[in-house]
Amino acid sequence: MAFRPLLSRTLGLTQTLTHSHSHSHTLTQLRGLQTFSLPDLSYDYGALEPAISGEIMQLHHQKHHQAYITNYNKALEQLQDAVAKGDSSSVVKLQSAIKFNGGGHINHSIFWKNLTPVSEGGGEPPHGSLGWAIDTHFGSMEALVQKISAEGAALQGSGWVWLGLDKDSKKLVVDTTTNQDPLVTKGANLVPLLGIDVWEHAYYLQYKNVRPDYLKNIWKVINWKYASQVYEKECP
Amino acid sequence: MALRSVSRKSLSLGLAVGQVRGLQSFSLPELPYDYGALEPVISGEIMQLHHLKHHQTYITNYNKALEQLDEALAKADSSSIVQLQSAIKFNGGGHINHSIFWKNLTPVREGGGEPPKASLGWAIDTQFGSLEVLIQRFNAEGVALQGSGWVWLALDKELKKLSVQTTANQDPLVTKGSALVPLFGIDVWEHAYYLQYKNVKADYLKNIWKVINWKYASEVYEKEIP
Repeated sequence: MAFRPLLSRTLGLTQTLTHSHSHSHTLTQLRGLQTFSLPDLSYDYGALEPAISGEIMQLHHQKHHQAYITNYNKALEQLQDAVAKGDSSSVVKLQSAIKFNGGGHINHSIFWKNLTPVSEGGGEPPHGSLGWAIDTHFGSMEALVQKISAEGAALQGSGWVWLGLDKDSKKLVVDTTTNQDPLVTKGANLVPLLGIDVWEHAYYLQYKNVRPDYLKNIWKVINWKYASQVYEKECP
Repeated sequence: MALRSVSRKSLSLGLAVGQVRGLQSFSLPELPYDYGALEPVISGEIMQLHHLKHHQTYITNYNKALEQLDEALAKADSSSIVQLQSAIKFNGGGHINHSIFWKNLTPVREGGGEPPKASLGWAIDTQFGSLEVLIQRFNAEGVALQGSGWVWLALDKELKKLSVQTTANQDPLVTKGSALVPLFGIDVWEHAYYLQYKNVKADYLKNIWKVINWKYASEVYEKEIP
């Protein structure tokens, strides 16, 4: 996730001063508020065609993901003010916007890495330990794909379908989250290997109401290399 | 809501306790206007997909879930009965909500967008200050709604009060309060506007008022508060 520190060196000095007086603070202050910014895609908008159209990729990245980031930064700024004032009512009220927009930023940042053009290996099944784990847990790659696609198609409303790793039990799981809830909201030990956005904005311009066709085709551009990297980091 | 009775008379004598008798199957209500009649506010392409595909799918899946419920009841299979409630709520709610929605819209030449007069107009002015304030409230709630859902102008038929409510996914308004009657609802699922307005939900909400059928809303209001 790309971010730029909002505060410059001068404020760094203030932070030092604040810290030295921290014993006189009754409130916890947010220090050094970061602002988040839109990560670049590692491929052109049109590079995932025909699985996902360039029009969708551009809107999805420049409009939807950017809006989550803009609103996330705004909510964090408001949170900083509320914390400084000791305004607990506002602090608590802001959590919905932070969860939704922060979650949107988290989820989409992962999503762009979960996709890659066919020319870069998109769709190539995982080898190594992840491939073996999939066969062990699900029987076969086909069975896993079918399970994820079925869960994605059945999801009511907006949300995501995930291939996750429980890093404690070392087990693979398929799970869904609603709206922009990150996978971790389904279990603190869950690490997302792969997420598929099933909000209508992710496919509607191209696939209209036929979400199952989007889910059928997206496998052609799934970046299993990245999923394997994440897996191997947790299960070396 | 149009429905066709599936004849179960011959089976009714042998039904086990708690079976759904004379299972109805629901069918797609017709629009009282052409698909293109709400342009340029809502494109004909959207109206056709929304009606023939989205609403029809809710009906198809609703009928299927009710049939499965019928069987589960006959077998007294409580696990299945309870499991089916999610599909019934989602698809039944989708059918309820969209059936209302088509009546909430009307072409400009049929009075679409004409502000309510009489008792509903007066109630809006009294309780919100003005129609403009109501619209602004409504649009703000619609823009702020996270994920998929609906925004409603609701009448609490017991308190005789109007309110703006939202529901998630396909939850009908009654899930927010059993006394709440929908005067009209606006679908803010992305499928309701995306082909035309893309990510700019606010523009969809700004424009839809031009085709809102206030006459129908007034009829519903006057039925509850004669």
